[in-house]
Amino acid sequence: MTGLADAAVWASALTKRFASTLAVDHVDFRVEPGELFGFIGPDGAGKSTLFRLLVTLYTPDEGEARVLGLDPVKDLWRLRRKIGYMPGRFSLYPDLSVAENLSFYASVFGTTVERQMATIEPIYRQLAPFAGRRASALSGGMKQKLALCCALVHDPEILFLDEPTTGVDAVSRREFWDLLARLREGGLTIVVSTPYMDEASRCDRVALIQHGRILRIDTPDAVCAAYPLPLLGVRGVDRLGMLDAMRMHPHAESVWPFGASLHFTDRRAGADPRQLASELREWLAARNIEVEVTPIDPTIEDAFMLLMSQQERAEVAAP
Amino acid sequence: MNLAIEARGLTRRFGSFTAVDAITFDVKPGEVFGFLGANGAGKTTAMRMLIGLLQPTAGEAWVAGYAVGKESELIKRRIGYMSQRFSLYDDLTVSENITLYGGIYGLGSTEIEDRRRQLVARLGLEGREGALVRSLPLGWKQQLAFSVALIHRPSVVFLDEPTGGVDPITRRKFWELIYETAAAGTAVLVTTHYLDEAEYCDRLTIMVDGRIAAYGTPTDVKRNAGAATLDDLFLRLTRPGASE
Repeated sequence: MTGLADAAVWASALTKRFASTLAVDHVDFRVEPGELFGFIGPDGAGKSTLFRLLVTLYTPDEGEARVLGLDPVKDLWRLRRKIGYMPGRFSLYPDLSVAENLSFYASVFGTTVERQMATIEPIYRQLAPFAGRRASALSGGMKQKLALCCALVHDPEILFLDEPTTGVDAVSRREFWDLLARLREGGLTIVVSTPYMDEASRCDRVALIQHGRILRIDTPDAVCAAYPLPLLGVRGVDRLGMLDAMRMHPHAESVWPFGASLHFTDRRAGADPRQLASELREWLAARNIEVEVTPIDPTIEDAFMLLMSQQERAEVAAP
Repeated sequence: MNLAIEARGLTRRFGSFTAVDAITFDVKPGEVFGFLGANGAGKTTAMRMLIGLLQPTAGEAWVAGYAVGKESELIKRRIGYMSQRFSLYDDLTVSENITLYGGIYGLGSTEIEDRRRQLVARLGLEGREGALVRSLPLGWKQQLAFSVALIHRPSVVFLDEPTGGVDPITRRKFWELIYETAAAGTAVLVTTHYLDEAEYCDRLTIMVDGRIAAYGTPTDVKRNAGAATLDDLFLRLTRPGASE
């Protein structure tokens, strides 16, 4: 690993409290230059608070951070020029048109839309047909693209996008991530947060975050590969009946619906998943439930759910 | 069998724009029905007509046996509705929210008291009845909002993106509440942006530009279109030009 000075972002024991709530709880991580780094976690996990600490809008109660080598507390004015930030809530002026919003944000940073066209061109092209439309009249997906464009219009060195795809339909989400992939190819460092677990695979590395703490940081593949227990996919007709029956299984760690199938995690670490699959099939057949069972590869969501339950058990066990 | 929802050519125009274009579908009692579509496809407009907040321009529909657009007040008494995020009052306590909604839905005070006790027990909220709703974790708020929408035992409940933003375990626990509700005979119409959740529905529609572009069980709609997953089908229907 290279020195801290080379990191695009680093944080050490970074902490933020609101009254008795630890919104961000001694968080450590680093983001390399050019990385597309994702914070994945539900609402209330601390993602937005963490972003505000990094983009100079909050000061930490403990710990410290650097963004592009600058301290968000001491160097806020220098840092603000270098970062693009898209907050979680819609941050545009609803009564201004698409073009007016863009030129406003450009002028705040002392530049013009024309001068920055090279940076924003791929996104601007999709917005251009609606240039005269008021921001409030755009679809959800288009609003997100305009907000991204506004965050980019001063040619920042790093981009912080806080839940850019929340509430947007599956197809618009995919298009938005295609845009991010293109910006990343251009060398921009991007830090993004999302509650959608399926978006993790679009990141170079992810930090899974829950209750203000980071559960794990790694590449999406490595997070999945580290799943410590055998995982089986179960398909059948009576989902509710299957769910109830399988939760009574003596070796069930967890049973959850996952799209068209149910995911069964077996407690017996290291056991042969094929063997477990045929055992489970027979066990259910003995209860008059006919199913197909196959060993499967864990997804980010499986990993998140297991880590989350382990964290909650540890919290209950702790004094 | 009486249908929970029946729509025949239901249409809504705003000026020259047709937001909902002659949709026809039905929902059976005890069915979990997914109502899918991209942003702006017309889902919300269709739902607003069904729950009696918006008058149809053309077509007919019945909800819980009552005619949409003509018997709105009767419909409102037979349905529950939980909106995007929630419909609870943050500044009221758990108990106060239950009492308020019980009253709005026309329950008597003994009935409200009974159901309040059941509901609090089922959600594991004993001892938190006096807590302000704003202080509850998001997952609890959603479960409470759902339970409150069911307090008058409606025949149909409409859930508009009920699981946005919650963690994956809470999201699944919420779906187990949906299953329980449906198993007890209530029809559940649910919108969602999580396509894995669409697989949990008995049947579903996918709306595109105000029309129903797919209708059936998750297995059937995938098979009919030759799509491997609902995600693929959704992409193909909503962005016909997009390459895979």
